[in-house]
Amino acid sequence: MSYDPVIPQSEIIRTHTMAVLVDNESGVLARVIGLFAGRGYNIESLTVAEVDAQEHTSRITIVTSGTAQIIEQIKNQLDRLVPVHRVVDLTVETEPLERELALIKVKGAGDKRMEALRIADSFRARVVDTTLNSFVFELTGSPGKINAYIELMRPLGLIDVSRTGVAAISRGPEAL
Amino acid sequence: MNGEKMTGAEIVLRALQDQGVEVIFGYPGGAVLPIYDEIFRQENRIRHVLVRHEQGATHAAEGYARSTGKPGVVLVTSGPGATNAVTGITDALLDSIPLVVLTGQVPTKLIGTDAFQEADTVGITRSCTKHNWLVRDVNDLARVLHEAFYVATRGRPGPVVVDIPKDVQFALGNYVGPANVAHRSYKPRVKGDLERIKEAADLIATAKKPLFYTGGGVINSGPVASQLLREFVRTTGFPITSTLMGLGAYPADDAQWLGMLGMHGTWEANHAMHDCDVMICVGARFDDRVTGRLDAFAPNSKKIHIDIDPSSINKNVRADIPIIGDVAHVLKDLIRVWKSRVLRSDKAALAKWWDQIAAWRARNCLAYKPSKDLIKPQYAIERLYELTKDRDTYITTEVGQHQMWAAQFYRFQAPNRWMTSGGLGTMGYGLPAAVGVQIAHPDSLVIDIAGEASVQMTMQEMSTAVQHDLPIKIFIINNEYMGMVRQWQELLHGGRYSHSYSESLPDFVKLADAYGAVGMRVTKPGDLDAAIREMINVKRPVLFDCLVDKTENCFPMIPSGEAHNNMILADLGDQTVSAAGKMLV
Repeated sequence: MSYDPVIPQSEIIRTHTMAVLVDNESGVLARVIGLFAGRGYNIESLTVAEVDAQEHTSRITIVTSGTAQIIEQIKNQLDRLVPVHRVVDLTVETEPLERELALIKVKGAGDKRMEALRIADSFRARVVDTTLNSFVFELTGSPGKINAYIELMRPLGLIDVSRTGVAAISRGPEAL
Repeated sequence: MNGEKMTGAEIVLRALQDQGVEVIFGYPGGAVLPIYDEIFRQENRIRHVLVRHEQGATHAAEGYARSTGKPGVVLVTSGPGATNAVTGITDALLDSIPLVVLTGQVPTKLIGTDAFQEADTVGITRSCTKHNWLVRDVNDLARVLHEAFYVATRGRPGPVVVDIPKDVQFALGNYVGPANVAHRSYKPRVKGDLERIKEAADLIATAKKPLFYTGGGVINSGPVASQLLREFVRTTGFPITSTLMGLGAYPADDAQWLGMLGMHGTWEANHAMHDCDVMICVGARFDDRVTGRLDAFAPNSKKIHIDIDPSSINKNVRADIPIIGDVAHVLKDLIRVWKSRVLRSDKAALAKWWDQIAAWRARNCLAYKPSKDLIKPQYAIERLYELTKDRDTYITTEVGQHQMWAAQFYRFQAPNRWMTSGGLGTMGYGLPAAVGVQIAHPDSLVIDIAGEASVQMTMQEMSTAVQHDLPIKIFIINNEYMGMVRQWQELLHGGRYSHSYSESLPDFVKLADAYGAVGMRVTKPGDLDAAIREMINVKRPVLFDCLVDKTENCFPMIPSGEAHNNMILADLGDQTVSAAGKMLV
């Protein structure tokens, strides 16, 4: 990873997805969240899970937004945390692959129930729980696709949503 | 890694010894009793300095660290012991001072139960340390302690906390030495990028109105950094200014020295900063006290920024040539590149620039009206400097007007001689810091230039000084006001002096007597020199009550929200501050 702090001066606010490889130790998530809260940075989505049990490393994926200067600060401030191994801004040249999983509960009967099933089919959402008057759909995709699906379910009896937040990885042959 | 078996408390003491620790500043309590017992049993192999409040321990450790370049070590108990230490820990974070703070914790089984003297120490100190650890397993203790020293001192230095539950202190575990510990993730970079250094050298050679702007990073990098800075500044013939934290890195009696810059910086330093075309920032961080109004900050300059912390780069001010690395390493490479490429400064342009600087200097911006009847605070510090400059002297300060006057009028010639709370601005820093400095330098003259308000915040450490035979001199610039608060109220709040008068002051002479120290009082300028000489000659702690002009203000001053070339000077102190400026601190 080469470090190039020379950035264009710009006031445009952009959304960036960052991957942060950390030691899986007590308090590391609190450090990351505390950094964002303490310095007034925005968190749109944050996910974390261990990715290497032998090495005890976890990967945190953060979707954040800010000017180029703020994004650079966020990256440098994250890099400064002692248990952080690596910080990569995945939104540098191309958009990274981003996926999110959602569980979506819809309650209803008759035509609305049928319509929900039809839309689920076209979104490739799976039905993971059924009662006579409800479905729970499981849907994987980009945050935009999930947003669109949720909006379509709203008039059809949407009553509950649970989302995992974004997991992201770069395109092409390079690792983090 | 099968090491020696010993208790957690023994591991602590052994790790400190293996890290070369000579002194601990601390205060005992329930949750650190096993460690204190071990200190007792080892017959004080490591010197323990008992303070009177845990904040004092942290500031003393800061004074020790700043004056020696070694990390300061603090040992306090759980709960209130740890929370009392928080101010000093934060102070060390803001000024990049290496501290290793060991805190006791309730036994692991009681954590989370609101036990007696329980506080979530790692939670509370997470945002005011460089890193912190809670050690739940005695077999991790030695490794964590060695990592703690590594993290505190490497890269940009800072404070760390190791929280040790009481049962871990009693438990038997394996000891491993420092050589067996390597940090997994923290590996700061010290060598600067050579391409960038070459670009910087080329830019420096083309500069017509250059300026060195240096900071605490030069001091932190070590004495070699100061030597290299002096060498390069003299080679180029450029003017140099410094932040509050960087004073002493370049000698103040040198002709190329412009004095401190920033809110209470000199006319010449701030104007040079505003008008320069190439700014060489070495180990400074473009703090708001230095930059003033950001959109009017050195508007026509290209900026080279040398800093070991990548997050300092482009944080407040954009750098044209950022160089990430340790100051000494980067300056060494920069000088090598400068010589090998046979670069030269633009002598003709430089001569014109120095003419301009001479015109700014002619304003004599630190001038004040002398008085025969009243001691002017500036005069007091000038005399203190004259009478101590040929001695082996260390200066600490509290926070406020006296601190700024000390920075303006005490002329530092060497690094590590000036201990002040810059970033956090902690009133009460100077007296305990002087304790720490005197512990490290028992035969030197250690003076806390204090204010009568600040010094009362940690006055109890006089007792520490008396107990440990530390002949610190507390030189109180007593104007019976929280002077800087009063000055701002005068300039910004219509002279409504809301709660800034030091009401019901103690009699400092009697107070000194009560502590078993020496008290002195001076009210007339004519008596000052003799009294300072007497203070120096007393080989005991002294409270020196110097009653000064109560209404003197500290100038020059860049009002909040203003540009560098819009300073208030002493003789035109009637300018007003914009509404937007009042919002700033």
